[in-house]
Amino acid sequence: MITIENIEKSFGGTKILKGVSAVFETGKTNLIIGQSGSGKTVLLKSLLGIHTPEVGTISFDGRVYSDLSSEEKRELRTEIGMLFQGSALFDSMTVAENVAFPLKMFTKDNNNKIQKRVDFVLKRVALVDAHNKLPSEISGGMQKRVAIARAIVNNPKYLFCDEPNSGLDPNTATLIDNLIKEITEEYNITTVINTHDMNSVMEIGEKIIFLKNGLKEWEGTKEEIFRTDNEGIVDFVYSSNLFKKVREAYLKG
Amino acid sequence: MLLRYLSQIGKYFLMWKEIFSKQTKWSVMRVLIFKEIDDLILGSLGIVAFISFFVGGVVSIQTALNLNNPLIPRTIIGYATRESVILEFAPTFISIIMAGKMGSFITSSIGSMRVTEQIDALEVMGVNSLNYLVFPKLIAVLLYPFIIGISMFLGSFGGYIAAVYGGFTTSSDFIDGLQINFVPFHVTYAFIKAFVFAILLATIPSFHGYYMKGGALEVGKASTVAFVWTSVTIILMNYILTQLLLT
Repeated sequence: MITIENIEKSFGGTKILKGVSAVFETGKTNLIIGQSGSGKTVLLKSLLGIHTPEVGTISFDGRVYSDLSSEEKRELRTEIGMLFQGSALFDSMTVAENVAFPLKMFTKDNNNKIQKRVDFVLKRVALVDAHNKLPSEISGGMQKRVAIARAIVNNPKYLFCDEPNSGLDPNTATLIDNLIKEITEEYNITTVINTHDMNSVMEIGEKIIFLKNGLKEWEGTKEEIFRTDNEGIVDFVYSSNLFKKVREAYLKG
Repeated sequence: MLLRYLSQIGKYFLMWKEIFSKQTKWSVMRVLIFKEIDDLILGSLGIVAFISFFVGGVVSIQTALNLNNPLIPRTIIGYATRESVILEFAPTFISIIMAGKMGSFITSSIGSMRVTEQIDALEVMGVNSLNYLVFPKLIAVLLYPFIIGISMFLGSFGGYIAAVYGGFTTSSDFIDGLQINFVPFHVTYAFIKAFVFAILLATIPSFHGYYMKGGALEVGKASTVAFVWTSVTIILMNYILTQLLLT
């Protein structure tokens, strides 16, 4: 479980996060949603330790990040898996080498054991024939799956995903969403997803935090989104006619 | 403006501290070092050999063409070629060329990793990205004086071929010239310079690649800026080292 309390972060005098508090639950897909500029990327990067908030605390299962030593922080980061928006695969390495990377860096496993684990996770993300391909030789959807495989190969406790569906066709996007949800439940991971894709919200939003102008405007589940009267989230989610109709249908029963 | 430069210089030295903290696992680092030796050292041999051979030849021909006085012995061609190649051409000018070749490769490869969030990925995993990316380059460039040694040899050899087969002097005169007044310390001086320049060649482009911000266009700009600063620093260090070692 990740708990954030009263997080504030500014850049060049502009306050981006204005005191955000939330709890990201274990074994659930926790979504951070909001318009561009609402502060969701800054919040995610603060959770990852890439940005340091000026005010507030971030706790990983009771471990307050700012109280940890540099060594403890690095140790904690080995418990984190991250799926970047652009996949961030190492382009000089093959798919298998990319996935094996965290194991080679942080475990004492021999090559045989590493190979077996790599085979297992690549199979888990339904990529069996891509071991020796370079990231540039596979599609965007496959790259995302490799990135997921790399993120989970070292059995992380926490999984962070930044816009996991951006640039993907609807079928592949749903596949990636479902894969993230399955993995979260299967390995009991605390998953935090930063997205503005409403399909993802409706598909896997077990817990949703809506940010607006650096503040938490709303919090709930995907079912509660249909019933909420909160103006901010209604404007954001139902800006599309399709979702308006879905909501009307839902409310009519 | 001045403050910005001072801040950048400060940041460059702080980068050094980070490079040596939290070392990457040796089994991974070993592979990275061999890869960097291949990319930076072995990958530069061809261009260095080509340039050294022909520039050595040009130095030799130009010396020969300027020898109008019959009282000046023809051995001076070999002597001038040796001195030019060992003292300046091989250590300094090859390093400037390498600032373009090796430096832009380093800046663009690290810069591309920054743009595509690969460096963020390393950091999030708990890897010291500066150690992972720059330390193997620093170790690899310890072999840079080896390239300079080859350049010295090929520059002199190019001079010999051009002078002898161009009909400017005889083989024995050229070889005598190569041996006249030979000061072994000049070779040491050249290797000391090569060592210092190697460190600059690995770290200044790495600095510009690592701390760049923006997209693909900025990677190109960072490569250009890295080349300019590496060249300027090499020229300045060349002056300082010459003052310190030869006067």
